[in-house]
Amino acid sequence: MSWFSRKTQPSAACEAPVSGDAIVVDHIVKKYGDFTAVDDVSFNVHQGEIFGLLGPNGAGKSTLIRMMTTLLPINGGRALINGFDVAKDPDSVRHCMGVIPQALTSDIDLTVEENLNIYAKLYGVSAEDRKRNIDDLLTTVDLLKWRHAQTKTLSGGMRRRLEIARGLVHSPKIFFLDEPTTGLDPVSRVAVWEMLTEIKNRRALTILITTHYMDEADRLCDRIAIVDHGKLVALDSPAALKASVPGTNVIEAQFLNAPADWQEELQKLDDVTSVQSEAANMYRILSSDGSKTTTELVELAVRSQVQVKSLSVQNTTLDDVFVHFTGRQLRDEQVKAFGFVMPDRPGMRP
Amino acid sequence: MNRMWAIVERELRKFFRSPALMLVAMVFPLVQLIVLGNAFGGKIKDARVGVVDQDHGTQAVKVREALAAVQSNARTFTPVPYDSDRQAMEDVRTGRIDGAIIIPPEYSRRVYEQNHPRIALIVDNTDNFMSSTLEQEFSDLTKALNNPDVEPSRIVQQITLDTVELYPYIEYMKYLLPGSIVLAMFVSVMIGGGMLYIDDKARGVHEGYLVTPITKFELVAGLNIAGAIKAVLAGIVITILGSLLSGLGSVFVPQNFFYILLLIVATSVAFNTMMFLMMVRVEDPLVPRATFGILNTLLFFPSGAIYPIKAFPPWLRGIAYIDPFTYAVDGFKAILLKDAGFVAIRSDLAYLLISAAVMITIATALFKRTL
Repeated sequence: MSWFSRKTQPSAACEAPVSGDAIVVDHIVKKYGDFTAVDDVSFNVHQGEIFGLLGPNGAGKSTLIRMMTTLLPINGGRALINGFDVAKDPDSVRHCMGVIPQALTSDIDLTVEENLNIYAKLYGVSAEDRKRNIDDLLTTVDLLKWRHAQTKTLSGGMRRRLEIARGLVHSPKIFFLDEPTTGLDPVSRVAVWEMLTEIKNRRALTILITTHYMDEADRLCDRIAIVDHGKLVALDSPAALKASVPGTNVIEAQFLNAPADWQEELQKLDDVTSVQSEAANMYRILSSDGSKTTTELVELAVRSQVQVKSLSVQNTTLDDVFVHFTGRQLRDEQVKAFGFVMPDRPGMRP
Repeated sequence: MNRMWAIVERELRKFFRSPALMLVAMVFPLVQLIVLGNAFGGKIKDARVGVVDQDHGTQAVKVREALAAVQSNARTFTPVPYDSDRQAMEDVRTGRIDGAIIIPPEYSRRVYEQNHPRIALIVDNTDNFMSSTLEQEFSDLTKALNNPDVEPSRIVQQITLDTVELYPYIEYMKYLLPGSIVLAMFVSVMIGGGMLYIDDKARGVHEGYLVTPITKFELVAGLNIAGAIKAVLAGIVITILGSLLSGLGSVFVPQNFFYILLLIVATSVAFNTMMFLMMVRVEDPLVPRATFGILNTLLFFPSGAIYPIKAFPPWLRGIAYIDPFTYAVDGFKAILLKDAGFVAIRSDLAYLLISAAVMITIATALFKRTL
């Protein structure tokens, strides 16, 4: 029986360094019966970068991350983590990666230090390395003075920081985080972003995160892959993705008593690259010169005796990128999936 | 193997931080021991028996005197005089009295004529225990009335049975103790190895384990060892508390304590592996909670803990013969009640340990290393 004959790893360290990409995902497929959750997705993650998988709930992000982290069998294609094939050499993969699932899974009855110690032992970290690494991590995640506190006494943000420390307790080379800031307040989210950036730089980590927060992906990631309905629809740096959207500014305007051909009138304005009509006389206008188009738009409205109810001008965001590539807003997908926008809850499973 | 001990450490740290688990595991068997032990262990006292004397002769007086003697001594029943047999029968039916004796007309004359004298006993046979007690008591009483006043000088050829009891009288509470110890271990395994295991799965704790390099065997063994240790602790505590409550001293003999310890360990391992096998593919936290009552009934009651297996119909005996409870109860009875030594428990130990080995092997094969 294979579980008796498995060779024991000589140490907890991730051996076999690779010179190429940290993560290679090559035409990977996951099916549940007739339903294809991940459909022929390919991408590479370079060493030392923060890579984001962006998409709405149900897009296949968590399934992707679970296949890469040996939690789900792969039905087609292959994934290499630090050069090791996930399907053929899962133990080597496990030594090389730290994984933080979406749910908060640290034991609430155990202290902060006990949680870290147990996981360090599960990774086979020696007692000496354990002590040193835990001290260092507790300092990094700012939980040093809480090391003897029971986890149930910590706030949501502190528990998330503990989870991050737990995932790094064996000094992995690649760090997977599944929606790491879900359920956190804005201040805690920013704190986690800063912490992750610092940890990545100090430990020369490669980080892959999944998120459905545009601002998180924009702020944190070097490159972003947009996933929708199990497929990869775009992949590039946030700046390049935004630049790929026609128009550098987005004007959102709502009108009263607009005529039937109002969208065509707006389309004729100078520098306008596209106009989308949304609900309640709301128009989303992409322009290569936002200020000029805004002036012309107001003049057109006065001439046509159309009342402007609201008007906003902003630079292109990842939201616009998502709309551009999928034809829908990220928020619409959440509404469709659940019938309403799910409030984020700590510990909520995907 | 260090990874396996990390799982054990985690489970035991959680366990000792939540003493409620230990308490819950032991309260149920202790309550059962105390309540059932006292409820089922006693003899019938002060039952009300109606007496309808339709004869009023000297032999009827003799019967009434015998009834009064029982009232004064054993106090099994209290005679209540009735004038009408119909009224007495009605009162038995409605539960005002527990039974009725009818001494018919001409009873004394028939005794003197040796012409089949009869006394009628009316019982409520919906209550088997009460009716059989009264039947037994009145059989003894009529047997005494049948004895001649003067023994014949020459002994007639009569066969008598002398019963030799190997052990002092075992009160029902003591009889119930082995079952209570086994039940405490089962409840501990059901909560610690069943419910908490599935709760951890649902919370994603196992997902955390599965991304580490721990092997399938280390994980299964760690979870089972931790569960068994919890059950061993529950078993030791309930054995000592139960022995003190029921007044059984045999466990405090060092050799017996060692044998009991062997049984506790073997039972804990067997129960835990059985529970792990049942839950190895379960994901829904409601399942162990919903099956708790069924498993308790299906495994505990056929084990001989409260009623002898020999009285079961064949299909129930079949369950008893494969049920690990049966062997655990048998082993504990052999040491606690009979002081019978290792010879009496070695087959029980063998069954428990072999079944544990089979169950852990199947469970490990069924255990999924992925989600």
